[in-house]
Amino acid sequence: MPNGDIMNKNKSFSLEILMRGVFLSCAAVSILAVLLICLFLFANGIPGIGKIGLLDFLTGTSWKPNDIPASFGILPMIVGSCLVTLGAISIGVPIGVASAVFMAFCCPKNLYKILKPAINLLAGIPSVIYGFFGMAAIVPVFGNSIISACILLGLMILPTVIGLSESALRAVPEQFYEGALALGSGHYRAVYRVALPAAKSGVMAAVVLGVGRAIGETMAVIMVAGNQARMPKDMFPIPKGLFRGIRTLTANIVIEMGYAAELHREALIATGVVLLIFILIINLCFGDTLRRKKQ
Amino acid sequence: MSCFDIKNLNLYYGDFQALKGINMNILKNNITAFIGPSGCGKSTLIKSLNRMNDLIENCRITGKVELFGESIYGDMDVNLLRKRVGMVFQKPNPFPMSVYDNIAFGPRTHGIKSKPQLNEIVERSLQDAAIWGELKDRLGKSALGLSGGQQQRLCVARALAVEPEVLLLDEPTSALDPISTGKIEELLLTLKNRYSIIIVTHNMQQATRISDYTAFFLLGEVIEFGPTENLFSMPVDKRTENYITGRFG
Repeated sequence: MPNGDIMNKNKSFSLEILMRGVFLSCAAVSILAVLLICLFLFANGIPGIGKIGLLDFLTGTSWKPNDIPASFGILPMIVGSCLVTLGAISIGVPIGVASAVFMAFCCPKNLYKILKPAINLLAGIPSVIYGFFGMAAIVPVFGNSIISACILLGLMILPTVIGLSESALRAVPEQFYEGALALGSGHYRAVYRVALPAAKSGVMAAVVLGVGRAIGETMAVIMVAGNQARMPKDMFPIPKGLFRGIRTLTANIVIEMGYAAELHREALIATGVVLLIFILIINLCFGDTLRRKKQ
Repeated sequence: MSCFDIKNLNLYYGDFQALKGINMNILKNNITAFIGPSGCGKSTLIKSLNRMNDLIENCRITGKVELFGESIYGDMDVNLLRKRVGMVFQKPNPFPMSVYDNIAFGPRTHGIKSKPQLNEIVERSLQDAAIWGELKDRLGKSALGLSGGQQQRLCVARALAVEPEVLLLDEPTSALDPISTGKIEELLLTLKNRYSIIIVTHNMQQATRISDYTAFFLLGEVIEFGPTENLFSMPVDKRTENYITGRFG
């Protein structure tokens, strides 16, 4: 019956449109969330920055919200966040990439069955638990300090770095590796000189995501970093300076938000704005590395 | 003089026997072609000559393969073996690095560090592979930007850079157009004075054009092995005749 056929087609057609709408609105939820977060932060943070003055806020070296007059300089916290991130990267990336190489190219199957779930579990552990671990195992050795924060964050970014690097390494065509072996190269030389460079963009993406994870981490850092606002000159002489405490942007917000009011509160939200901008920059870089990978 | 002496070689993938009692004497400074339908064992055999089969799990080998009188499955260093027996693969596989670094990879692997020496090797290898003229101004460019034919000749040059004694080619032109194929064939003919060449090919015209000896494989066995001219003009075995006249395969 031709008529029924057309009816059917129309019905499935409208269902198509309906489902499309469902999927679209689901996707829109995340976009909306991002927009709302940005809107809230900027709307509440910008006035604060305006009152303090952008330059005083970003480059001021003293954070004394309770003094009269109060001073709201977050440079020490920016330095703190950058420093612990840098430290975390320099600990986590070499270990993570080497683990990924091991897992992708050298790992016996039986060991892999243990290693892979262990690393996935590491990714799922709540950061407050990491914090406890840091207090129990790292702080007794290194104190509440920059170095403790770096070590702990280095551990925390491992699953991110390992997971992404491993999949990048596994995506390297077997033929590169075989080609290297056929020239008389040993296994490790083939892996390090051919497969690893071939996976470079994927590994870079892993590093960038690791940076994002480290700079945004809050709870674990608060628990081990000591949380004193400090300038770079206090870090010297190295290594003694590295055993002093430090405060990150994230820690600054969480520690004081509970009792802050008025300008102090606005300054903390503005700190969040700065952090968000950092994350946005990192994500732009990440998008960029991915684009280059596709080319 | 023979370069490879294969005696009663059997190869198993798990329970499957891929090569059955292979006996061959492959002569030096000749081009030897392996032909036969897919899955007949010709690629398997070529890969057991530089022990690339070592990479495959459950691969077991019995029998003897001698390279200029030395057993390659004995205590010979496998990396040294692969330096002496170069290989070019079916799909061009230049490394994702510059043309120069591709060629220099092998020599660097074997300990050559001096820049002038590497420069010389790169130039000589590219010249031997008849691609120097095309690439001399692009040494610093990524090898992945070359055409398929250029990539394959680059891979030949890369194999030559470690000064092998034997060159194995596993269907080196099956992914190339006729013009690039012609260039590779021409190249192999010029190389046979200095190297012993073994080529696996699906293309029987290619075997007649360039090879001195041809071996016909079927189901893991060498059915017939002899001078190319004889094998194609008066095959002894009925199965060879059926294959080369296109009656099966």
